[in-house]
Amino acid sequence: MSQPKTKKDTQDLHELYRQMLLIRRFEEAAAKSYSMGKIGGFCHLYIGQEAVGVGAIAALEERDYIVSTYRDHGHALARGLEPKSLMAELFGKKTGIAKGNGGSMHFFDKTKNFMGGHGIVGGHISLAAGIAYASKYRQDGAVTLCFFGEGAANIGSFHEGMNLAAIWKLPLVMICENNHYAMGTPEYRALSVKDVSVRAAAYDIARDHIEGDEVRKVRDHVQFAIDRARRGEGPTLMEISTYRFRGHSMSDPAKYRTKEELEKYKQGDPLIKAEKELLQCGWSREELDGLSDSIQSIVDDSLNFAEKSEEPPLGWLHKHVYAENI
Amino acid sequence: MPILTYREALNRAMTEEMEKDPNIFLMGEEVGHYEGAYKVSQGMLAKFGERRVIDTPISENGFAGVGIGAAMVGLRPIIEFMTWNFSLVAIDQIINSAAKMNYMSAGQFPIPIVFRGAGGAGGRLAAQHSQSFESWYAHIPGLKVIAPYTPADAYGLLKTSILDNNPTIFIESEVLYGTKGEVPTGEFYIPMGKADVKREGTQLTIISWSRALMYVLPAAEKLAKEGISVEVVDIRSIRPLDEEAILASVRKTNRALIVEEGWNVAGFGAQLAYLVQKEAFDYLDAPVERVTQEDVPMPYAANLEKASLPSEEKIIQKVREMIK
Repeated sequence: MSQPKTKKDTQDLHELYRQMLLIRRFEEAAAKSYSMGKIGGFCHLYIGQEAVGVGAIAALEERDYIVSTYRDHGHALARGLEPKSLMAELFGKKTGIAKGNGGSMHFFDKTKNFMGGHGIVGGHISLAAGIAYASKYRQDGAVTLCFFGEGAANIGSFHEGMNLAAIWKLPLVMICENNHYAMGTPEYRALSVKDVSVRAAAYDIARDHIEGDEVRKVRDHVQFAIDRARRGEGPTLMEISTYRFRGHSMSDPAKYRTKEELEKYKQGDPLIKAEKELLQCGWSREELDGLSDSIQSIVDDSLNFAEKSEEPPLGWLHKHVYAENI
Repeated sequence: MPILTYREALNRAMTEEMEKDPNIFLMGEEVGHYEGAYKVSQGMLAKFGERRVIDTPISENGFAGVGIGAAMVGLRPIIEFMTWNFSLVAIDQIINSAAKMNYMSAGQFPIPIVFRGAGGAGGRLAAQHSQSFESWYAHIPGLKVIAPYTPADAYGLLKTSILDNNPTIFIESEVLYGTKGEVPTGEFYIPMGKADVKREGTQLTIISWSRALMYVLPAAEKLAKEGISVEVVDIRSIRPLDEEAILASVRKTNRALIVEEGWNVAGFGAQLAYLVQKEAFDYLDAPVERVTQEDVPMPYAANLEKASLPSEEKIIQKVREMIK
């Protein structure tokens, strides 16, 4: 019989829980600020899906690349992008991660190999293949992780990207975060085969399919795919089943699904699961509350920073349309 | 001075740049083993190997995206579209990713990429393989758009495009690939945004580019024999545009005719006409005019194809009307 786990055994879970909690609190603050009119445009929240981004990104090395979707807040925070500059970006301030040019859907941080949130559903999949292609070209040993939703699995870029990644054996791990709704369209009305990872067979690449409510399980499965990619054994298509607790974006009341369904999924909230396990393994309520408080203060600081930052100067309007030649 | 064909000039430009910079690679359908659908990459696979001259499956959207992704991390891809007609399935990547990445990321991710290949109309290729898309790409901030007419321009501008840190749309004319011209020995680079006066004249300026000059230049010769002196400005670079050269010529001749192979509605010629009337209105002795392709998909029948395109006769007729 295995020994009961201790705090020491769950240090990693504690860290992953911290990251998930940061995303949850950050997103709650973003939702509130959006409702107050401080954030514009579309604002797609990641609440409910935290275990996927946090678990997957935990398996990466610094040299690896991440390509994200329009639902990129969680991925960015999990990669360690600065909450202040992310919130400032949402507020459209000059201190934002993209200096106010990108907004919610377009977080970029070159220093962290965070290769963007991309707003065209599925279009970024071939970009990810290109980044992985460059790693193969240079033999730099890096792996590219690409997130997309199940709605992206029906667009040409997905299939073309998969085929190119397969024929060239690119170091690419494609993670379909299946939250079961492409905007308001449930998967059964859009996917000919419900399990996206099955499509890997058509391209003769590896596949995996897991539930995405346990963050360490996500990490371990993604690690397996990343190791395979790094060994030169080619891409993997993973489907990680998850659920968003909010609508598609802040402007979506999500009337296409039932309260019962939402409640059912909330039982599997990845944060509650992780919290329960931590408490069972010797972490005290006070310790977790203390963690929560420290995270809330990080989020509050980011809000203050975003509020107080200036808007970009009008002189920046034309800046960056073209890169300078050296 | 050596005489090269348009395709040889392009080949020389790519080869020289790839010899210098290992980050540059050529990717596209049939660029390697087949040596290019139009033989522009002849000999390049043998010289550079499969790592740097890469055949792709038929999936323009996919390999355009691959090129852009590779450019995000500092490689310098040359992506060949077998023809620009097929670029339409990749236009999402070109516009939504390549053109905007530097802006969206506030300068973190410049995209040093060249998209190049055969463009233009003709050859009885009919509606889906015979069309000019300069105007489409010229519409997009973040892109540069180049369309050379002579082998020397093709050489010098392609070299500049490869070194440019921005996505460049380099539209070759398939009708021009076999045309010959002098290309000076030794490397040279032609800056973007510099028009070239291909013929001096005093009474009227024809503004044009790429294959349309095949009609414009002989028309100008014939008009000269009638005693009408036409200046021909080859803009070469559509974005950036050499406004000064265009305006200087029109202010000299007082008349402007724009000849383009593409369609007239919302064509780039409309932008040129706007420029001329706005900045040289007081110099004009006649309304700005245009000769373009007819407003129809390209027909297959030889006589109808000819009728749909600009021609020497149409240009001569239009110039005579303007000089009257």
